[in-house]
Amino acid sequence: MSPIIEANNVSRTYAGHGGLFRPKSYVRAVEDVSLSVEQGETLAVIGESGSGKSTLGQVLLGLAPASAGDVRFRDAALSPAGSRQWREQRAEMQLIYQDPLAALDPRLTIAEQIREPLDIHQIGTPEERAQRVDEVARDVGLQPVHLSRRPHELSGGQRQRAVIARAMASKPVLLVCDEPVSALDVSIQAQVINTFRRLQRMSGVAMVFISHDLKVVRNIAHRVAVMYLGRIVEEAPADVIFANPQHPYTKALVSSVPIPGKPLGDRVILQGEPPNPAARPSGCAFHPRCPVAVAQCRTSVPELHSNAEHRRVACHLVAEVRGAAA
Amino acid sequence: MTDMTAPPAAITQPSRLSRAIAALRRLPLAVELASAWLLAMFVIAALAHVLAPYEISEIDLMSRLVPPGSPGHWLGTDELGRDVLSRLLVSIRSSLLIAALATILSATIGTVLGFLAAQRRGVFEHAILMFVDFQAALPFIIMALAVSAFVGASVPVLVGLMAFYGWERYARLARGLALSAMGKGYAGAVMQLGASPMRVFMRHILPNVSATLVVTMTLSFSEVILAESGLSFLGLGVQLPDSSLGNMIGFGRDYLTTAPWIMLAPAAVITLTSLSVSILGDWLRDRLDPSVS
Amino acid sequence: MMSFALTRLLRAFATLMLVITFAFSILRLSGDPAIAVLGPMAPAAALNAFREAWGLTEPFWVQYSKYVLSIFAGDFGDSMRDGLPALPLVLERVPATLSLTIPSLILTLTIGIPAGIVAALHRNSLLDRTVILAAVAGFTVPSFVVGLVLVLIFSVTLGVLPSGGQGSWLHGVLPIITMSTVSIGLVARYSRSAMLEVLNAPYIRAASAKGLKWRDVIRLHALPNAILPLLTIIGLMVGSLIAGSVVVESIFSWPGMGRLLIISVAARDLAVVQCILILITVLMVCANLTVDLLQAWLDPKSRNKAHA
Repeated sequence: MSPIIEANNVSRTYAGHGGLFRPKSYVRAVEDVSLSVEQGETLAVIGESGSGKSTLGQVLLGLAPASAGDVRFRDAALSPAGSRQWREQRAEMQLIYQDPLAALDPRLTIAEQIREPLDIHQIGTPEERAQRVDEVARDVGLQPVHLSRRPHELSGGQRQRAVIARAMASKPVLLVCDEPVSALDVSIQAQVINTFRRLQRMSGVAMVFISHDLKVVRNIAHRVAVMYLGRIVEEAPADVIFANPQHPYTKALVSSVPIPGKPLGDRVILQGEPPNPAARPSGCAFHPRCPVAVAQCRTSVPELHSNAEHRRVACHLVAEVRGAAA
Repeated sequence: MTDMTAPPAAITQPSRLSRAIAALRRLPLAVELASAWLLAMFVIAALAHVLAPYEISEIDLMSRLVPPGSPGHWLGTDELGRDVLSRLLVSIRSSLLIAALATILSATIGTVLGFLAAQRRGVFEHAILMFVDFQAALPFIIMALAVSAFVGASVPVLVGLMAFYGWERYARLARGLALSAMGKGYAGAVMQLGASPMRVFMRHILPNVSATLVVTMTLSFSEVILAESGLSFLGLGVQLPDSSLGNMIGFGRDYLTTAPWIMLAPAAVITLTSLSVSILGDWLRDRLDPSVS
Repeated sequence: MMSFALTRLLRAFATLMLVITFAFSILRLSGDPAIAVLGPMAPAAALNAFREAWGLTEPFWVQYSKYVLSIFAGDFGDSMRDGLPALPLVLERVPATLSLTIPSLILTLTIGIPAGIVAALHRNSLLDRTVILAAVAGFTVPSFVVGLVLVLIFSVTLGVLPSGGQGSWLHGVLPIITMSTVSIGLVARYSRSAMLEVLNAPYIRAASAKGLKWRDVIRLHALPNAILPLLTIIGLMVGSLIAGSVVVESIFSWPGMGRLLIISVAARDLAVVQCILILITVLMVCANLTVDLLQAWLDPKSRNKAHA
């Protein structure tokens, strides 16, 4: 089966603000990333702020062009942002935002906003649109009374459900969720995650689930890709990542996820400065914080190698690391 | 009537009309007076020619410089025996018309250019930035005087100048609002849904920024009235035989010692009108849009 | 800081060039300046001589570069009314204008700023309300109305002050009061809101929360931080005083630059008008530049803001 979305060696470089007398600086937000997501599958992209995970989401949706490499949606290249084909394609691929209040027009009712993609893409007759709004609102768990309200009259969880309903109204095949639950209360997070799972079961939508929080994706991801300063450092099926992380960075992330009944004694605490994409360390970008770095890590960038269990790791020391863990 | 005093949360979605009526009841006195004055001014402007007891250029040399309160001439007459009240009414009409035209023109041009700047960036943004510098370097009255010297003084030139000078404020405002709406907000979300830029601006951005734009228009309306009257006072705006509030004062000042009423009546109207507009604008700003400073 | 200053300097220069280009283009837009100035009935020889003198027969870009060069050489052409060079004619009027604007500026700043700060410190008191009222009045009453009413009261009715012209210091009293009235309101309103903004800042609450006396909070934390926004007022004031001087000099027949501008506009004396236009621009650009640089020097944060 061919994937819904596929990225091949994608990079995205931002030109920083140069002044009249200052040279422009370049920030490589995403570098040489390859991934693919199939129908009904959820890929979680994990990383700290500045890891390029949100930029990757934008590039996958064609909201920001890739500086190098290509993105293929259903085996076809993406049209340039703003073009007619690009606009028409929006019905099939959707984005869920971190802050639902900002993503909703404060002046329109929830029903009007959920209807909007149907209006834009002229899907169905007016009656069918109204019917679809009711249907999708029920699917995401909104009550009929919510439909006539405005965004500020809803709770945070209800707003996010409205955003999800709007995204699902046109029956997209790809959903990119950029930190969809980090603005919500912890008690609401699980409910919204369950909503995503139910929607995926019902519609078979492919999902890219971007988060800084590994424990959030535990119950939804089929596969997990960990990003550090623009590069994927490890990618593997979710259960494999959680059971046996290999990259030192992933190890640190996984060890920080609390497991009920288990003390956090052997937690790996990351040292050093948090990553800054404008000042990327040479060699393996993670080496200044890596507990096991050797001389080679300072000079050469490790390739993302595939090995067993559908796993890819980018570390010079994977064999050694593995040995140490065993 | 019973639910009027209930806490807002308990009211089940009052209709727009009843909310408007409730809002009207809570108006402060100053705002009520200001609105009443402005309403009166607009009625006068609309009906000036019907209300005026005399033709504005009707000369009556037998009754020159008649003081106010005289029968037939409530506000007295000027040096040529023209009725001050009639001239005042017609002047209100032309001053308000010019100010309204200039305000609408600059708001429209500015908003469109601001939205374009937000969407296209680049050239439009530089143009606006250059304009900010230009305006900071040249007070309006100086530029208006210079242009009048070169091109000649007339009402179209005056309106054009005021629109030309005012658009930058709207452009900056519209650009800022549109950018913040597109950056991470709802407009960006709707664009991402596949909406055309036109739909995003007309259906989402414009309705959401209209409150701010209306407040800005109101606040600058009083500046426009003052600018027009100042230029007309200096003899640059409305030309004879037409009359505006500013040029009534300009001509009236020659009779300051003998007939101060010629100048005092229009002076009072200008002051009260710009004061009313400011009061109303400040109130609107507090009510509709706390984000504008 | 250096790069900021250079960028800002270049922008100031660009603005100056923009105004010069503006003056040049409205000069050309006004139709044939020869006919505009000499009238349609003027003899052909006179028209040709005028065109020759102003270089109107040459190609457009030659005219433009000659125009720009002559302006940088200080040659603004000759006054069409009395044939004298425009620049000295304008410059000799400057002292009269300064004798009004400088006292007005001092009066405005010494009354307006303290009034605004005191009003902010006693928010919602009677004093505060009075200041707001005065500020709104200053904002909405046109200066020519203020001037004429003052004349009506003090010259016509009471007969204690002269209504116009230049003579003893008494002649300056009414023009200076007229000019200051409007700008005091503006400055008071601005400094009040600047001070209020500082007073609402978290560091003020922090300072008083740690037990500092309120007087010391104001002296050590509020005032130094309020100075910065107040600096921009001075740039604002220069413009508003120049604009005000045109109206005030016209009301009080004060022989300054503003009145010369009005007379020259009425007589379509283009050389003098463009000379005044460009001199005012130079003054304003310098004032704005000084304020910007001072602000950048005092507050490094604003350097980045200016780029955006």
